[in-house]
This record gives sequence, structure tokens and C-alpha cells, in this order.
Amino acid sequence: MANDNVIEAVGLTKRFGTFTAVDHISFSVGRGEIFGFLGANGAGKTTAMRMLCGLSRPTEGGAIVAGCNIVSQPEGVKRNIGYMSQRFSLYEDLSVKENIRLFAGIYRVKEREIAPRTETVLKRLGIYDERDTQVKRLPLGWKQKLAFSVAIFHEPKIVFLDEPTGGVDPVARRQFWEMIYEAVERGITVFVTTHYMDEAEYCDRVSIMVDGRIGALDTPGNLKWLYGAETMDEVFFRIARGAKRGE
Amino acid sequence: MILRYLLEKEFKQFFRNPFLPKLVVAFPILVMLVIPWIMTMDIKNIGLTVVNHDSGSAAETLIRKLESSSYFELDGVEQDYNRALTALEYSETDAIMEIPAGFEKQLLAEGGAPVQVSINAVNDTKGTLGASYLSALCAEFSREFAAGNAQAMSATVPNIEIVTQNRYNPYQDYKIFMIPALMVLVLLWLGGFLPALNIVGEKEKGTIEQINITPVSKFMFIFAKLIPYWVMGLLVLTVCMLLTWAVYGLVPQGSVWVIYLFSILFIFAVSGFGLIVSNYSDTMQQAMFVMFFFMLIFMLMSGLLTPLRSMPEWAQYFTVINPPRYYIEMMRLVYLKGGTLADLQTQLWALVAIDAVLGTWAVMSYRKRD
Repeated sequence: MANDNVIEAVGLTKRFGTFTAVDHISFSVGRGEIFGFLGANGAGKTTAMRMLCGLSRPTEGGAIVAGCNIVSQPEGVKRNIGYMSQRFSLYEDLSVKENIRLFAGIYRVKEREIAPRTETVLKRLGIYDERDTQVKRLPLGWKQKLAFSVAIFHEPKIVFLDEPTGGVDPVARRQFWEMIYEAVERGITVFVTTHYMDEAEYCDRVSIMVDGRIGALDTPGNLKWLYGAETMDEVFFRIARGAKRGE
Repeated sequence: MILRYLLEKEFKQFFRNPFLPKLVVAFPILVMLVIPWIMTMDIKNIGLTVVNHDSGSAAETLIRKLESSSYFELDGVEQDYNRALTALEYSETDAIMEIPAGFEKQLLAEGGAPVQVSINAVNDTKGTLGASYLSALCAEFSREFAAGNAQAMSATVPNIEIVTQNRYNPYQDYKIFMIPALMVLVLLWLGGFLPALNIVGEKEKGTIEQINITPVSKFMFIFAKLIPYWVMGLLVLTVCMLLTWAVYGLVPQGSVWVIYLFSILFIFAVSGFGLIVSNYSDTMQQAMFVMFFFMLIFMLMSGLLTPLRSMPEWAQYFTVINPPRYYIEMMRLVYLKGGTLADLQTQLWALVAIDAVLGTWAVMSYRKRD
């Protein structure tokens, strides 16, 4: 089927020596979906995400992401995705504007489009007044917003967010999710990992990883019904309880 | 053009660094102004003890002659050789000259007389040079003595005099020999260490992750890292050459453009090497130690301090792949002897080959995915 899936993973596996971080996972993500990728610490979420982004070569299996094979065309994947890592990784010694300009330039956004689009984005984020501030002076919540804007500035097909709201206050988290919804409205697919179960409720579908495997995958509503649970918190607890890997 | 954005970033980061711009200005100035005075192999003030068994005026004259030379400092005149030897053993003096009894009589009768010299040769250079200064002064003394006592002398000794012309460095000033090499040193250290700390620094901060996720090509990324060091290196070299002219009055005898051409090739080689080390390192500390290891070898096996020809053969083979070797040969040739590009074909192509290998390696060793 000439399907509408933007991610199609088959038997994706990553081993580090004798340790299997990701163990034959298969799943697909449809266009415009918000796909929640849940799991305890060390369950293999980040490793799986890095493989999908072309940052890490799978030991076995593979995936098609945004029409490109992650094993043979990692650079093709990179052209079509945005990524926000768990650890803030923009340049602290460049200003807000300079960071956006750098990455816009790398993604070949046209020179004359960069300035007006930067203005729009910064105004939308409410950090236009800080455009010339070096990033190291921004509070964490604002840095996260900036990192997200950089990740979607070039209008990718998919954006991967690795714990985007870690360490951020509830108000900023809510704002962050509003930004995610806006991106989805513009047709961007969102692949997000999180530890907050209220955020899992915002996703169209969630997968819960346990010890490198996918323990469950469905809509939040179906998962709650399946496990007879009131909240996603309870669902997560039931599934992740079986995990052998501790922190 | 992606390169433009990457370069903008590199230059902004360089100038915003609280330390690097100061280092790049201070380091060459310090090296060019201070080190030439310190790193000298000219030996002066050798401590000399004379054991004099002769009471004649000839011995007195010889001692006064040695005393007045700037190479020697008279530590004392002894009657007993053993006491002088004890002083030598305690490093209170560097050399002993023993004048035998009947020295003057023998000089007059035979036209020559033996003196014995014992010298502390723990420092080989100091020992060798000290001995040769001593014999030169003695030879001068005997000529003067012969001229002054022509009638009194019953025998004449035919004398072969060697006249040495010191080409290219007429006053045998060690500074002149060292200055071009010090410029090499400045470029080697700045051009090698700064790039070595660059990529690994991005790894430590985590910013490399955001670059690796983009479709930027490895070549473009490495090239953007290299260009700032090129610019910096050529500016530093210019500062060094201007300082050398202003302070030491030394200007290149050959073409400045040859020096710049080789500098471009040389900076590419050392910066490329620094980037390779950076690519293989996980932490700045690791990169630093690996660089120290290689820099020391590069420096000591380059002919900077000791001539290549005196090295064992296997070591000489190693220097074939050592970039500073060619650059130093060029610097001394062009700066002191006025060499031209035609004289430097071997060095030129050797550096081009080394650049090709290191450049390719630097791009290949940068991993965008693990």
C-alpha cells in the first residue's frame, strides 16, 4: 500500500556488546499523528529514537522515515526531520537569532526568508525581545521553546522530541504542548518521548517500551480500557512493573 | 551557501571566547620577544681554574688573557691539581687548565709547550665548546708570544691557520638560527591545539548532536572548522615576521610569498591533525594529552633543535612524514639563505601529499552516526 505512514520500523534492534538496548521493535506512525513514546529510564527510548533519526546505525532491522531508509540514506532522513535532544544542544554563546540563523542556513532556508520567519517565530514564542540575548542567559523553559522552534524552522515532515519538557514548570509545559499542536496543524508529524503521563493523554497513540521491547501500543483511551485503568499513570505502572532493568 | 553560516558561527564563537583571542595575541608576542634570548646555545661564563706550576711571565700573560675573555670566568689559580679537581667534582668550576713547570722555558726553546685541560663534559655542548674556546685562546696566545719574542726563540714552528667565513649568519648568532624555527613552533602549537580542542569541545557541550542531526556534509563541517585556523595562523605569522623585523632587524632573504604559500600548507596539516585527534577523543582532557604526545614528537623530530642528519637512520625515515620538518627547512632556507620556490620542490610536494592524507582523514574520521 502506498500508505500514509511517515515512519515504518521493522525489527529495529540495537546491541551494545552483549546488551540489547532495543530488541526487534516494529511499529508505524501515520502522517500528522502525535506519537507518544513512553518507557521507564533505560527502556531504550532514546536509542530507538536516535536510530530513527539517522544518528545511530541499527544492529539489525531497519526503518523508513519520511521516505528514506535509515540504514542506507541517513542524510536523506536528516533533510526531512527535526530533532530536539534530551540535553539542550544549541550554542550557548550565540544569541537566539544567531542560533536560528545558523540552523536555518544549514537546512538551506533561503537567506531572504530567514529574517522575516525568525521574527514571526520569535513573536509567536513571546521571546522576540530576547532575540539578541546569548542563549546561556535564558531560563530553561525558554531554551526548550527555542530548541523546538529550531527543530521545526525548516518545516520538516517529522519532528522528534526527546523529553522536551523535562525540568520545566507546568505552565511552560502547557505552552509547549500548544506549540506542538500548532506544528501538527501545519502538517508536521510529532514523535515525542515523555515521563509525564498527563502528556501521554495528549498523544494520538502511545507506545510503552519495556526492556527494549514494545510492551503496549494503542490510543490512550484503548489502553485505559484494555488495562481497566482510570489514568495513563496506572496503565504505565501496570506495564512497566514487569521491567527487569532498573535505573 | 552553508559554509557561510558555519563560518559566521565559528568566528563569532572564537571572538566571544573569553580566553582564546587573548591567547592568540599574547602567545606569539611572548615567544618572539622572550624565547630567542633564553634559547641560546652560545656558551658564556665558563668557570675556569688554573693550576700554575710555572712562575714565569708567559704563564701570567696567558692567565690574564683567559681572564679577560668573555667566555671564561677565572674561579681561581691553584698550586695543587687535586684541589682544583675537587672543585670540579663539586661543580664549583667547569674547567681546569694545568700549566706545567718550565712552561716559558720550553716555549722559548721549542716554540710550543703542552698545557693540560680537564673539562666537565656532563653538558656535552658546554664541554666541547669550552675546550675549543680554550684552544683558540691558547693558539692566539702562542702567536702573540712568538711575535713578541722572535729573537729569543731558537725554533720556529710552521703554523697552518684556518680562516673560517661564516656565511648567512656572519656573527654566528644563535638567535638568527632560532627565530625562523620559533615561528614554526608558534604555528605548530596554536594551529594544532586549538582545533584539537574544538570538535571535542562541541562533543562535551552536546552541541555536536544538533549538528549531526542536520544534513550538513562532513566535508563542509570540517572545512568550516579549518578555515578560521588558517586565517588565524596567517595573521599570527605576519605578527611574528613584523616583530622579528622590528626587534631583531631580521627580514626574509627570499620571497615572503614562498613563506606564505608554505604556511598555508603547513597550517592545513597541523590543524587537520588537531581535528583528527578531536574526532577520536571523547573529552578535552583526552584530546589534550594525545596532542601533547604527538606535538612533542613532531617538535623534537623536526630538526627544530637538533640537526636531522645526526639522528639515527630509522628516525630520519620517520621525519619524512613529519610536517614541521619541511616547514622548518623552508623557513631557514628562505629566511636566512634566500632560497626560492625552485629550491623547495621536495618540501612543497611533501607538504601537499601530507595535506591530502590528513585532510581526507579528518573528514573521514568525523562520524555523524555511531
